[in-house]
Amino acid sequence: MKQDELNILIIGVGGQGTLLASRFLGDVALRLGRDVKVSEVHGMSQRGGSVETCVRIGENVASPIIDRGMADVVLSFESVEALRALEYLKPGGTVIMNTQEILPMPVISGAAVYPDNVPERLSGGNFRVIALDALSIAEKCGSAKCVNVVLLGILSAVIPGIAPDVWRQSLESVVPAKLLETNRRAFEEGIKAAE
Amino acid sequence: MKELLLGNEAVARGAWEAGVHVVSSYPGTPSTEITETLAKLSSVYCEWSPNEKVSAEVAIGAAIGGGRAMCCMKHVGLNVAADPLFTASYAGVNGGLVFAVADDPGLFSSQNDQDSRFYALSAHVPMLEPSDSAECHEFAKKAFELSEKYDTPVILRLTTRVSHSRSPVEVGERNVVPKKPYKKDIQKYVMMPGMAKKRQAIVKERDRVMTGEADAWVKLDNPGRKLGVITSGICYQYVREVFPDASVLKLGMIYPLPERSIKEFAASVEELIVVEELEPYIENYVRQLGIAYVEGKKYFTPLGELGTEKIRQSYYGTKTPVAELSEGSGLKPEDAPMRPPTMCPGCPHRGVFYTLSQLKLRVTGDIGCYTLGAAAPYKAMDACICMGASIGMSHGMEKAESVARAEAGAGDNDSDGIRGTVAVIGDSTFIHSGITGLVNIVYNKGASTVIILDNSITGMTGHQQNPTTGKTIRMEDTYPVDLTLLCKAVGVNRVRVEDPFDLKKFKAAVLEEIDANEPSVIIARRPCVLLKGVNYGKPVEIDGDKCRKCGACMRLGCPAILKTEDGRMKIDRSLCTGCEFCVQMCGFGAIGKKTEGGDNK
Repeated sequence: MKQDELNILIIGVGGQGTLLASRFLGDVALRLGRDVKVSEVHGMSQRGGSVETCVRIGENVASPIIDRGMADVVLSFESVEALRALEYLKPGGTVIMNTQEILPMPVISGAAVYPDNVPERLSGGNFRVIALDALSIAEKCGSAKCVNVVLLGILSAVIPGIAPDVWRQSLESVVPAKLLETNRRAFEEGIKAAE
Repeated sequence: MKELLLGNEAVARGAWEAGVHVVSSYPGTPSTEITETLAKLSSVYCEWSPNEKVSAEVAIGAAIGGGRAMCCMKHVGLNVAADPLFTASYAGVNGGLVFAVADDPGLFSSQNDQDSRFYALSAHVPMLEPSDSAECHEFAKKAFELSEKYDTPVILRLTTRVSHSRSPVEVGERNVVPKKPYKKDIQKYVMMPGMAKKRQAIVKERDRVMTGEADAWVKLDNPGRKLGVITSGICYQYVREVFPDASVLKLGMIYPLPERSIKEFAASVEELIVVEELEPYIENYVRQLGIAYVEGKKYFTPLGELGTEKIRQSYYGTKTPVAELSEGSGLKPEDAPMRPPTMCPGCPHRGVFYTLSQLKLRVTGDIGCYTLGAAAPYKAMDACICMGASIGMSHGMEKAESVARAEAGAGDNDSDGIRGTVAVIGDSTFIHSGITGLVNIVYNKGASTVIILDNSITGMTGHQQNPTTGKTIRMEDTYPVDLTLLCKAVGVNRVRVEDPFDLKKFKAAVLEEIDANEPSVIIARRPCVLLKGVNYGKPVEIDGDKCRKCGACMRLGCPAILKTEDGRMKIDRSLCTGCEFCVQMCGFGAIGKKTEGGDNK
């Protein structure tokens, strides 16, 4: 990826905490004195639908949207969502994915099929895949809701050039004080898991 | 320090710094956060009004009285507020008056894709269009000055990608603006034909003068290149990426349009294109100026939103390469199953729509989370048009039926073989514009059944208070409208409150009311499961030994109920809210909460 530009597409299921993740990354960029744009999704699709948010960091960011083939990193909160987001990923980009499976309603009702072994089948393409069970890690840290912060911990270990202190300061500024301890653990466990 | 603000938050901040006194709005994606943000700031009066028309009228009154005022709404909300807008344009203002209107190109959370710019054109109201959060902040501030300077309401036009994107904003302090003195002026503020005709001439002159003002709102990038692009709003950001070497004329004021700047720009380039979402609004104007070589919609679709890739593909015909799966994977991105939005686990609407689908009734629907009742597995909705329409539509369907029946001499037999029509509408939507439909049914001797889905909150837009909840936008206690009394007061004799989770009783109530030969209202009351204070305890479980694989529980369409590989059902504990609605579906007593002894209760 280019030194001066970083496009991260976050994808998940409504209610998984993708918005907090994008704000966290926005805060990191501001601390680094970089230009940044974050696009969010509100409203209808938050009701259990597929939710995409974009974070673009650079010297002078124009569009807030990560379009086809623009993402350096796809950060996926759910297994099949990583597959869905592939069209946004650059050749040679990185997919960081939670292997958790959340069945969409058409699968539950039998109208569609959830593909088998998505993480394994993703590897072998012209991009890098880091697949981890972030849900189990989050649960071990004390809350299943910390999946987002575990994934951000993994991301922080994968993208170069940002001081660990910046990440930690941003964590403190976006996470409510009473949840900070659990989230700190989740972030550190994410870093460890990436190693 | 710079803050990373949503476009909507930046509008709020700009208005607050401009000293806005009164803000009145109705929630609607993607505009809602403007008013929510303002309600957290001091020294400004904020309210959720029952609908956009009322919110506009409150703001107009505040402005005529001398205060700075703003009302915020989504694009379709401006349809509701159009009546006051058109005439407020004639009357002008005293204190500054701003309409913040958010369009939703691509219909992320809307029922249509209308282009609000034509409202500015036909109401002769100046319109500003910011392209990022910093401009949202700046334009909102300047909109009040512009409004006072030219004695006109001003529309701040946003789109989803501007409203819901964050970018850095240098925020400032609140400028305390004293209220302007109010002077009685019947010729200006009382719009009867005689006065309005005079004001009409003043509005025409205002349009002419403001064309010059619009020239002050343009920004010219890379002058003197072969290719020239005229654009505004979010499209400016896309254009910067797709055409980095082109001359770009960015318009900040899009009504009136800057005639002089556009003509000069057109003359300075060899090829001229307009990049705009939705209708060819700017393009048509450029053609009207006699600049025949302009192109726009020849390349760029009027449907949905644009983006860098769409613009690049449409103009250059090239496709950006993307990451590819290995051939051996046997997988394609299209293999990802669709993940449409669904009713949440524990959603009270599930009881209503399960019942309506079982009874195979004809259902006129309305705008809210409950529009998801049209989706599988319920498919229990026949029409949904706009806020409040469910009630008028059911009345119209029944009247058409009764005329056809009488003419055919068919007695009471339903010509379409349908058991009856019911209207479903949420609590907030009913107050917004459903109540007038109900008055109409009573007045015109209809016999419709209306189900008010009272979940104690405005749900879809993210939990805003409304006149039935007993709380204001700032969470102060207030008088809650009593829906039962309200319906009775307009003349509905048959009003009953039912729990949509009590399936047997709810079904009986619906059957009874559709058979009644007079108007009836069922208030299906149970709070939104996402509300604070709603706690159903631990998840339910399915006893695998008792499960007979009949699938009855699956018919509820609850995302927490799954089928296992051996055909038995199981509960996803991470999703189950413990509402126990599914317990009554099981004829074998397999579903329940584990008691101390380990058995299902």
